[in-house]
Amino acid sequence: MAKQPQSNQAGLKQEDWAAIARNPKFIEIHKRKSAFLFGWWIFSTVYYFLLPIGAGAAPGFFSVKVLGNINIGYLFALSQFFVSWAIAIYYASWANKVSDRLTSELLEELKLG
Amino acid sequence: MKKIYALAVLALSLGLMVNFSAPAYATAGPETALANAVVAQAPQPPQPAAKKAAPTKVEAHRGITITMFIIIVLITMYIVFWAAKRTKTTADFYAARGAITGAQNGWAIAGDYMSAASFLGIAGLICLYGYDGFMYSVGWLVAYVTVLLIVAEPCRNAGKYTMGDVLAFRSSPKPVRAAAAFSTVLVSIFYLTAQMVGAGKLMELLIGIPFKYALTGVGCLMIVYVALGGMIATTWVQIIKAGLLMTGACILCLLVLAKAGFNPIQFFHDVATNAQIQEWTRVQLLKDAVAKPGFDYGQRFLEPGLLLKDVWDQISLGMALVLGTAGMPHILMRFFTVPTAQAARKSVIIAMFIIGAFYILTTLLGFGSAIHVSPQISFAVDKGGNMSNMLLAQMLGNEIYPLMGDILLAFLCAVAFATILAVVSGLVLASAAAISHDIYVSVIKGGKADQREQVMAARIASICVGICAIVIAILAEGQNVAHLVALAFAVASAGNLPTVVLSLFWRKMSTAGIVAGLVIGVVLSIVLVMVSPNMQYPKVIAAGEKKIVDTLEQKQAGGAVLSDKEKADLVKAKASYETNKNGTSYIFGLDKPLYPLKNPGIVCIPAGFLAAIIFSLLFPSKREEEAFDELYVRQNTGVGIAQAIGH
Repeated sequence: MAKQPQSNQAGLKQEDWAAIARNPKFIEIHKRKSAFLFGWWIFSTVYYFLLPIGAGAAPGFFSVKVLGNINIGYLFALSQFFVSWAIAIYYASWANKVSDRLTSELLEELKLG
Repeated sequence: MKKIYALAVLALSLGLMVNFSAPAYATAGPETALANAVVAQAPQPPQPAAKKAAPTKVEAHRGITITMFIIIVLITMYIVFWAAKRTKTTADFYAARGAITGAQNGWAIAGDYMSAASFLGIAGLICLYGYDGFMYSVGWLVAYVTVLLIVAEPCRNAGKYTMGDVLAFRSSPKPVRAAAAFSTVLVSIFYLTAQMVGAGKLMELLIGIPFKYALTGVGCLMIVYVALGGMIATTWVQIIKAGLLMTGACILCLLVLAKAGFNPIQFFHDVATNAQIQEWTRVQLLKDAVAKPGFDYGQRFLEPGLLLKDVWDQISLGMALVLGTAGMPHILMRFFTVPTAQAARKSVIIAMFIIGAFYILTTLLGFGSAIHVSPQISFAVDKGGNMSNMLLAQMLGNEIYPLMGDILLAFLCAVAFATILAVVSGLVLASAAAISHDIYVSVIKGGKADQREQVMAARIASICVGICAIVIAILAEGQNVAHLVALAFAVASAGNLPTVVLSLFWRKMSTAGIVAGLVIGVVLSIVLVMVSPNMQYPKVIAAGEKKIVDTLEQKQAGGAVLSDKEKADLVKAKASYETNKNGTSYIFGLDKPLYPLKNPGIVCIPAGFLAAIIFSLLFPSKREEEAFDELYVRQNTGVGIAQAIGH
């Protein structure tokens, strides 16, 4: 089973896939998706690693009290959850508006949808 | 036939639990002795006169707990029968026919992922070490950003039942599937062993069922769920478990917050001003025999650096979590149960909200048990603090009404039980799928096997994996298995993730690269853990014992009279020194760790990527490069998505 069985409605050959891959619309989707996905992934990863690095390198800063006994360290760790959720929600709305729409336009154009 | 088989196993596992629980209870069991020994070593908790004493051990009410267990088993068994009738094809068995909705799958992912270690362990770490325990929990959620953005949708679009499907899309299927199955089975076995040993200990500690019988009971149930009900039953067990877990965490959290008048500022004020937490931080964590004047030990509990002291180790662990979760075969497999990439996306987002909310609740529970139970008592009951949630439930429940404590505790025991079942079932299913779908059907039979034979192979593989897991876990009793979780994530992040990501996104990835990436990533992670500080090094232990002997002997030489306890310590330390001084580590015969970190991620993840890239460049394949267009268009658009509609 080197390839998935071609039981789909498309039934395309290798040349056809290559042609889609060269389609300007596909290239645009691919570019915008890569930029969005890898960009936000890198942001999230950097933001996450700031937590252990910050705790190790600047414990004094983490200990600054903000609200009563609640300190910056606690709020920063808590913010990780909200940042991850925000990225997830933003991605969902972006995908609905941009990549899913462009993809269905492309499929319609190719009569594959 | 199936029914009779399942009923027999059901009766057997329940029988084991009920029968063997009674005598163990009567004779108090070895665990109580252990707990007493721990209490003896632990610092004696101060006894504030006015404070209502927290329970000093966990004693679940047998009748209520067993009843709840039976209810859970009966409900899940009903689902298994219902699912078994619907499990006829491979699509049913491996992917629940692709008919799970995004929302259902979200709950199932959460149920698959949140283990008893998360529920009990992280709360325990927070109870004992404060802020660092919370910081530790963050990575487990952030990992899902990688799952969401990088792997979920492409895998749904390019795969069918297993990770091997994604990797073998354009490569030579036999070597790639064999390597993928090898790493899937290893990851699952490591993770499974850690879970099963934890489960056995937990059951022993909570309701006094001896380790072996508890394990066998859990193992038999898990085999029935997976072998009969396949993915449909596993999914529903996971959904139910996630619901129970969230319910339990929410109830307990409400009780904790009510104590602080639902005011978070008051809550943290209570932590910082709690006398027992202050003493715990001063004596046990910072080892200050005399309080430094003006130092706020309570506030220190809310600051970093009490548990996680090595930044490199944390970065290494963080890398393994962030990249390893996305390479976990049982998580990847969940994406094949939904019909579209959109549903896969939705399911990850729902899972992220459930998992994130759960970890935030866990913080409150951890700090809550530090306030109300105290770290001293939690440590005395279990050195890892694993019982702190249970102690908290028992205590807060008892304050409402005596029976409430029992009911709440029994409910949490049942939650822990369901949690264990759901996680181990997901793991068994993932490795059974790798063995039957990748190895048996594709490698051995060359893809020529009819549906009946394939489903039979999958069922037999599930039973075999389940039995192996039970045997390994029984053999591993008493071993330190905590590092196996780290090892599972390291293997997934160094072997699986690089090859999956590169296959999906890099044109030049070839069969040689996939096989080399998997094998080198997996083997290197295992070797690094074997030579890391996770293992026991007798000479290091001997050095520690030598110190104790020297200190005590000096004291004796100085004319001081040793107390009975000190005398006993001296004898013990001397004996331990003698047995350990010439020993070497179990596997490689080392005197001390060769690799300084507990987590191998920082070395083995780049190595996995490099191996995959170098071998792809050394052994390129023109055919595979040409097939990239198809994979790339498919993974981006979902054209020709391999619907899990077998036949």
